[in-house]
Amino acid sequence: MRSSHDYLNSDVTIRSWLCTRDHKRIALLYLISITLFFFIGGAAAAIIRLNLMTPSGGLVSAETYNRLFTMHGVIMVWFFLIPSIPTVLGNFLVPLMIGAKDLAFPRLNLLSWYIYILGGSFTFAAIVAGGVDTGWTFYTPYSTAFSSSFVLLTAAGVFITGFSSILTGLNFIVTIHRMRAPGLTWFRLPIFIWSMWATSVIMVLATPVLAITLLLMAVERVFKVGIFDPALGGDPLLFQHLFWFYSHPAVYIMILPGMGVVSEIICCFARKRIFGYAFVALSSVAIAVIGFFVWGHHMFVSGQSAYAGVVFSFLSFLVSVPSAIKVFNWTATLYKGNIQLRTPMVYALGFIGLFTVGGLTGLFLAVLAVDVHVHDTYFVIAHFHFIMVGGMVSAYLGGIHFWWPKITGKIYPEKWGIAAALLLFFGFNLTFFPQFILGYLGMPRRYHSYPPEFQIYHVMSTLGSSILGLGYLLPFSYLLWSLRFGKDAGPNDWNASGLEWKTSSPPPPHNFESTPLVTQEAYDYGKSS
Amino acid sequence: MEKLGFRSIKPWKNSPMISNSSLLALLPTQASTLASDVDLITIALVLLCGAVTFGLMSAIAFFVVRYREGSVVDRSPVRGVELKLEIFWSTVPLLIFICLFVWGAERYLEMHSVPAGASEIYVTAKQWMWKFQHANGTQELGELHVPLGRPIKLVMISQDVIHSFYVPAFRMKQDVLPDRYTYTWFQATKPGKYRLFCTQFCGTEHAAMGGDIIVLPEAEFQQWASIGVSQVSLRGSGDYVKQGQTVFERHGCISCHGSDSVVRAPSLNGLYGSRVFLDNGDSLVADENYIRESVLEPEVKIVKGYENIMPSFRGQISEEEMVSLVEYLKYSKTMSIKSMEKERGGRE
Repeated sequence: MRSSHDYLNSDVTIRSWLCTRDHKRIALLYLISITLFFFIGGAAAAIIRLNLMTPSGGLVSAETYNRLFTMHGVIMVWFFLIPSIPTVLGNFLVPLMIGAKDLAFPRLNLLSWYIYILGGSFTFAAIVAGGVDTGWTFYTPYSTAFSSSFVLLTAAGVFITGFSSILTGLNFIVTIHRMRAPGLTWFRLPIFIWSMWATSVIMVLATPVLAITLLLMAVERVFKVGIFDPALGGDPLLFQHLFWFYSHPAVYIMILPGMGVVSEIICCFARKRIFGYAFVALSSVAIAVIGFFVWGHHMFVSGQSAYAGVVFSFLSFLVSVPSAIKVFNWTATLYKGNIQLRTPMVYALGFIGLFTVGGLTGLFLAVLAVDVHVHDTYFVIAHFHFIMVGGMVSAYLGGIHFWWPKITGKIYPEKWGIAAALLLFFGFNLTFFPQFILGYLGMPRRYHSYPPEFQIYHVMSTLGSSILGLGYLLPFSYLLWSLRFGKDAGPNDWNASGLEWKTSSPPPPHNFESTPLVTQEAYDYGKSS
Repeated sequence: MEKLGFRSIKPWKNSPMISNSSLLALLPTQASTLASDVDLITIALVLLCGAVTFGLMSAIAFFVVRYREGSVVDRSPVRGVELKLEIFWSTVPLLIFICLFVWGAERYLEMHSVPAGASEIYVTAKQWMWKFQHANGTQELGELHVPLGRPIKLVMISQDVIHSFYVPAFRMKQDVLPDRYTYTWFQATKPGKYRLFCTQFCGTEHAAMGGDIIVLPEAEFQQWASIGVSQVSLRGSGDYVKQGQTVFERHGCISCHGSDSVVRAPSLNGLYGSRVFLDNGDSLVADENYIRESVLEPEVKIVKGYENIMPSFRGQISEEEMVSLVEYLKYSKTMSIKSMEKERGGRE
């Protein structure tokens, strides 16, 4: 039975939603907006894959193709992946998991959603107006002096949305530091909170650099002030340094939250405390810190000095150690567990597999001599899609399923859930695994047409992507279905630990009847198994 | 074969000479001295990562089955191993990573040290074509002929945006920047025709900015060089040094840089490769980039003891002319410009 007074039905006017300061409602506003952007970005990817079925790229013109992959990148990175877990699951769960009534700055939280929507509208307007063809990386001098597409409008959208990230990060940091329930010490926090904390630090420290970079780019494009364009006396590599100083840490904004979600799911469905709690928690912090010093590995063939290349290569190896530690600890958590293969667990195990492949292929790219060969080929495309789509999106969907009963008070159909998770796993592998081979054979990225010897792998990839597409439509459909026809959820149907499960589903507007007191470490599953 | 349905302006063609051979090849042809080294590291990585992935996935599958919900197995907690395990699986990967790092870095530095005696070819990139200039003045478009078994140094520059020079068969790639020379080198080990790609997104026809590298055995190469103007190649007029001299004279460089000129400007005799001392106390070794910068932005680096009086030649000298001018000054390394002038004047 749904409680008469939860955050969803306490006030149902549109105004109450658009002016809400409830972190749970803001999470839902984000959920709807990022889902919209996900499908726009996904549609672009679908056309790209169809175009690449034939070597001539006969479906769309080169001009259109360039705009499609740019749009796919811009939308997926800034309007889906970066906000995904933090703004939806993070917004919903951070206060609940630490026993708080809301985030530290509820109004700022609402503002950050409006800023996101404003930024999104700019970028959306740029797409409608005709799009942008620079690639999501906006490399100069192409973006400042040569591209005749809507560079400024798109960059304005990204610039604005950045502030939404900064505000969210700031909000989380303050909340986690100041609003933990009595007894909830740092080392009793769920791993998800640790990963949100590390993510927030990156958001707050790195995003301003992106803002500065885009601003400088705009200044050069509009006022012809020489910053990056050598014809005006600028330095094009300066742009790359600045851009990757943000965008490499941004990769960790995109994966750390996923690692947090997976840690929660694995503990719940293995019925065990996470193995090596302190190592898993602190490895997130290590990734956040070292992640700031590896940006130059995007520039091994850019013309930066060979010795800079050597230093960045070494640091890149260093940053992969904490990721390796996490994977080993998740695996060890399964040992002597009591494993229930529910939908979220299938996603989480899929995450470990795909993240492992994505992470290990990162080693190929950190090895300088091999990177020279595979840089800017499909090998790189495959590598980061394994991390971001195979990893992050699996974790995101796993998390959505895991907390769906808590968020909506409804239960989704379990069999469909498992079917979709498996479909996604196979579709994903078929789409992206052939791209490793393509890349090693020399197929460059961002190519509208290509030599015929590469076709077989492109066809495999396109077939895989149709399965992958189906895999995304399935959860979208049955989750919507469950809102109306799903069974009502109890407060804790998974029998999970964590404060978010100690309140009703969906939770009341202020989360808890009374402030909880924490006397246990996280994941006290020991007795229940 | 599949000609129908092509819409791109320059469709990729299947060429019998281009050797990616089998339908499901996993490694591209190895056609340079670096290729097998790079492939060896890759194969080692594939084996290592394959083993790690297989091990992890097997462990996960085993645990999921053995410790499935309700199975009757020993679940008594194991104590006291946690720290040991954490240390084990942090340090072992780290040690392996250090080995990989050293291996990759060693080869990378090798890619960055051009062997002595490499012949130089200048590469000019622009949207959306590659242009090559050989030392004898031969120019080629979209096609580069090189001799087998000799180290070739590429000195590359872009006229517009950033491009990247990539030949998969050589496992070699280097970005090509506007306003600055970048270098790379290779030594081909197998005659044939290999694909050249641009791998830095450079605008609408980025995908069509390809070319062919044609590796010929020495004798055939000499034959090509003496007569060979292939279909798409162009013949420049005269060799570099001569072209450079024309540029040098046309812009009146000698009137200040000559030994008997009234205006005091640094001598250019033997400039290339020599150490230059600047008025801010720095010093540098004069290379292509220094010479180029000093022509286009003479005010940036002032030679110690001289005035900042030289005007900029930006916009007056094309990239091709700049290349020949640099070559002319290089030639003067072995011979003073005066005597060069005499010799050349005498020849004509």
